[in-house]
Amino acid sequence: MKMQSASPSWLPPNAAAHGFAMDHLMRWNLAVLGLCFLIAHALLFILLLRRSKSSTGSPVPRSWMVQVVPIVLFAAIYLTMAITAERLWASKRFEGAAPQSMQVEVTGRQFQWYFRYPGTDATFGRLDPSLIQPANGNPLGINPADEHGKDDIVASELVLPVGREVDLTLRAQDVIHGLFIPAMRLKQNAVPGQLLHVHFTPVAEGTYPIVCSQVCGLGHARMQARLRVIGAGEFKAWLASKEAAR
Amino acid sequence: MPATFTRTPAHEVERKDTGIGGRPPVDKRPTGGGGGDENWDRHGHGRGGPRELITRYRMALIFGLSGDLMFFIAIVSIFFARQATGHFDARNDYVMDWRPIYLPSILFINTAIMLVSSLTMEIARQQLFRETDVMDEWLGIGRPMSRRATPWLLATIALGLLFLGGQWIAWEQLSEAGVFFSGNPASHFFYLITGAHGAHLLLGLVALGAAIAGVYWLKRVEYRQILVDCTAWYWHSMGVLWF
Amino acid sequence: MSWLRRHVFTTNHRSVGLLYLALVAIAVAIGVVLSLLMRIHLAWPALCFPGWGVMKPEDYLALVTIHGTLMVFFVLTIGPQNAFPSLILPGQIGAKGMAFPALNAVSLWMTALSLFVLLAAFLVPMGAPISGWTSYPPLSAIAAAGPGQALGMDCWLLSLAIFAVGQIFGAINILATIIDTRVKGMTLGRMPLTVWSWLISSTLVLPAFSVLLAALVLLFCDRHLATSFFVPLGDAVAGHVIRYGDGSPLLWLHLFWFFGHPEVYIAILPGMGLASSLFANFSRRPVVGYKLMATMTVAIGLLGFLVWGHHMFVSGMNPYAGTAFGLTTMAIAIPSTIEVLSWMGTLWAGSKRRGGLILKTPMLFALGFLSFFIAGGLTGPILAQPALDIYLHNTFFVVAHFHLIMAMAGAFSLFAGVYYWFPLITGRRMNETLGRFHFWFTLIGAYGTFFPMHLQGLAGKPRHYADLTGPAASLLPNLLPSERGITFSALLLAASQTFFLVNLIWSALRGLKADANPWQATTLEWRPSSEEELKLIRHGPYEYDVAWTESDFIPQWAEGGDQE
Repeated sequence: MKMQSASPSWLPPNAAAHGFAMDHLMRWNLAVLGLCFLIAHALLFILLLRRSKSSTGSPVPRSWMVQVVPIVLFAAIYLTMAITAERLWASKRFEGAAPQSMQVEVTGRQFQWYFRYPGTDATFGRLDPSLIQPANGNPLGINPADEHGKDDIVASELVLPVGREVDLTLRAQDVIHGLFIPAMRLKQNAVPGQLLHVHFTPVAEGTYPIVCSQVCGLGHARMQARLRVIGAGEFKAWLASKEAAR
Repeated sequence: MPATFTRTPAHEVERKDTGIGGRPPVDKRPTGGGGGDENWDRHGHGRGGPRELITRYRMALIFGLSGDLMFFIAIVSIFFARQATGHFDARNDYVMDWRPIYLPSILFINTAIMLVSSLTMEIARQQLFRETDVMDEWLGIGRPMSRRATPWLLATIALGLLFLGGQWIAWEQLSEAGVFFSGNPASHFFYLITGAHGAHLLLGLVALGAAIAGVYWLKRVEYRQILVDCTAWYWHSMGVLWF
Repeated sequence: MSWLRRHVFTTNHRSVGLLYLALVAIAVAIGVVLSLLMRIHLAWPALCFPGWGVMKPEDYLALVTIHGTLMVFFVLTIGPQNAFPSLILPGQIGAKGMAFPALNAVSLWMTALSLFVLLAAFLVPMGAPISGWTSYPPLSAIAAAGPGQALGMDCWLLSLAIFAVGQIFGAINILATIIDTRVKGMTLGRMPLTVWSWLISSTLVLPAFSVLLAALVLLFCDRHLATSFFVPLGDAVAGHVIRYGDGSPLLWLHLFWFFGHPEVYIAILPGMGLASSLFANFSRRPVVGYKLMATMTVAIGLLGFLVWGHHMFVSGMNPYAGTAFGLTTMAIAIPSTIEVLSWMGTLWAGSKRRGGLILKTPMLFALGFLSFFIAGGLTGPILAQPALDIYLHNTFFVVAHFHLIMAMAGAFSLFAGVYYWFPLITGRRMNETLGRFHFWFTLIGAYGTFFPMHLQGLAGKPRHYADLTGPAASLLPNLLPSERGITFSALLLAASQTFFLVNLIWSALRGLKADANPWQATTLEWRPSSEEELKLIRHGPYEYDVAWTESDFIPQWAEGGDQE
């Protein structure tokens, strides 16, 4: 089911739960600032073209209203923007994902995204960078000695069931990459040496592009992937087929 | 009080202001006008009196040192931040690769040398500012201030060289103990900071050499003073930084 | 030999200033060519450049990197912060030259050397670096991470290290000059706002470039001395795993942006000061709220040190830090808005005179500066909000923002300075008609180039993309027409500069002779040199709209005056 979202027209349609609030915020920010831009330039044009008849202009009115009101107005605008935005930020970032959210690990490497599912044991296997061998089917360096790694599913596309919160763990093998899923209004750098978490809930089925947003070398523009959001039943079937193929 | 406007003179004047190049009204009041600003000591370029040049060079040194200080502050704060970072790596192991370095004892001797050298430097600097000697030298009668300063300058150089030698020995001791630059982060910082400090000290020694040479070769007394003075403050700062 | 000494190794502040401007000209010409190559590739990705072939992705990234580095450092820093102070500052404060003329020359030659080293990056094996002007490690720390990251990256590092030291020397010089060599009577409260802006921006240079230098040194150690300040343990690049040390790439981000944000204020504050002076001059009105403007300049400078994290909202930084930086960044919008309102006030007062605002070319460019400042500045509050920056970070929305506020506003302030002070330096006036053409075509070209980029960014187009293929192509299906439109505007923008070049050269050789103070300005640099040595000033910097004199202003060097 595709939900109608009132995104500003240039943004791709939103498909994430938190995206509606973000789009709303974006819309009124753009509207207010766009209006300020137009008013300011209209004023500039008026001042540019004005020719007074009298020979001496009167000085800037000393009335405190003219001097103080604009800045108070702007300060109020900025304050409102700051508060609304911080609220949204806090709601998304200050708390971690819900405990029952699905865990997927995203690994960026030059120039490919890998997505790892923990499998039936719900635990990710240990990784060893010296075991990384993409040509031999082990692009993440999963340690074969580790039991938990045996049922991990590694895919090059991100497949998610609709309506369920997912907690992504971001890793990078070599340089800083940026995971950007525009339709999910999501961006987070993957930094080598760190495990970073972001969570979101996809609410509309479809196929969405994933692009890399942090320059990572000559293949930066090619480092793309797809997010497929499918129904819960389809997702189960997909997982099963991946496990069987392993 | 600073202002963007000055009001009309209280009294009438016969000569009108004709704009640029014309004759402005003459200000006949006794105080010389513009009585609100606070900088009558500011005599402008070239007329600041005997302290002018040295103030300027000292100011330049202060600005330069503050930039330099910022450089060291950045590295030192990274040092402290790094000391505190341990984290879980990709293998779910706790990684804390900080191994504090045990400082060789020679570094404490070096600290003492640094202190003494600051003392000798300061004495050398003071010699250049004794009024009677300065006057004699300025008049061309002998060089009492230079003569008094020189042995102290030489002593400072000797101590500086000793200090650098001590640093070298410290580095050798550490490498014999197996602590190399590339060993672990603590050693990175140690070598980096002491290396940068040492490089600055070498510059200081060169400046000292120039100061001794200048004391005999520079014609203007002020310049001699400036050179030694600035070198002295630089040297003191290096000492403080070493702490 | 003496010709070399007089014209090349000079310590005369005007000559040094002109040589700095020459460096700016070289850098901007190369920077513009690089950007046009990028734009042409974006509009026609399969185009085969004669003698070069189709542009490879690493070529594109190398162009981006050097374009950014050239423009930010060699045009927008040395122009407002080195060239114009050297030319104009001593005159504006009644001094004979800079406080340390030899140091001024040393900075100049260090800057020239650093430009040379940077450009050499194109000629070394494997070419120029591809990590952007921000050079995040590990991409910039490991030579194997990409083409150009070996020798090319080293050239970049060396160039910026030399540049940083040169800037620090320059700032020392400006600070000493402003603090120590002002003529008697020029209190802080009587300094023109340009001098205030140089004072503050130089104060910013000292800590900012020192921290950059520290970061560069650490990166150098990581690259060549097997340390790991920025490279984590187990980093696996091109099949090789790093086994020593455990650094953090985030450390570089903090260091670099601690420098990087004050850097953009260093680039723009002098332009803001110049705008204030020009608005006053050509409105024939004093600056509205002089004390407030000076205070706001100081405020922007100080606050500028507290906002660096807004470049790092998605970097993996603690979200609480994100909140804090979002708030400080929003706070800095206030002094900037106050400055804009004051400018509007001055302009409004000026528009009420008979004849309105005097629309000579310097004034047009100052108005253009204001327009771009508003356009670019208004998108700042959006980017300051972490929740929105999540989407917009590293998209073309950001590119539009900084090109409008920094590149265009900064460039317009440089143009305004050149047109304004041309009579002072050469004794001739530049042609007004050519100036007008230059202004309008550049304005239109600039808005045509950068405004659509906002929309591209909203559509999700990421930065540093040589072309849009793969899933990204489905994301951004309609962008090719806008790419073409932007490229045509960019070509128009570049072509419009011929008006300026022709005007500059022709006027320098054959322009109309100018009077001593052709703009009827109050500031000290316009004082006729035929008068005897200035010993004392008694007036403020912007005494326009003075009714009781025959001319409508009192220049700062006039005698007479009163206690306040």
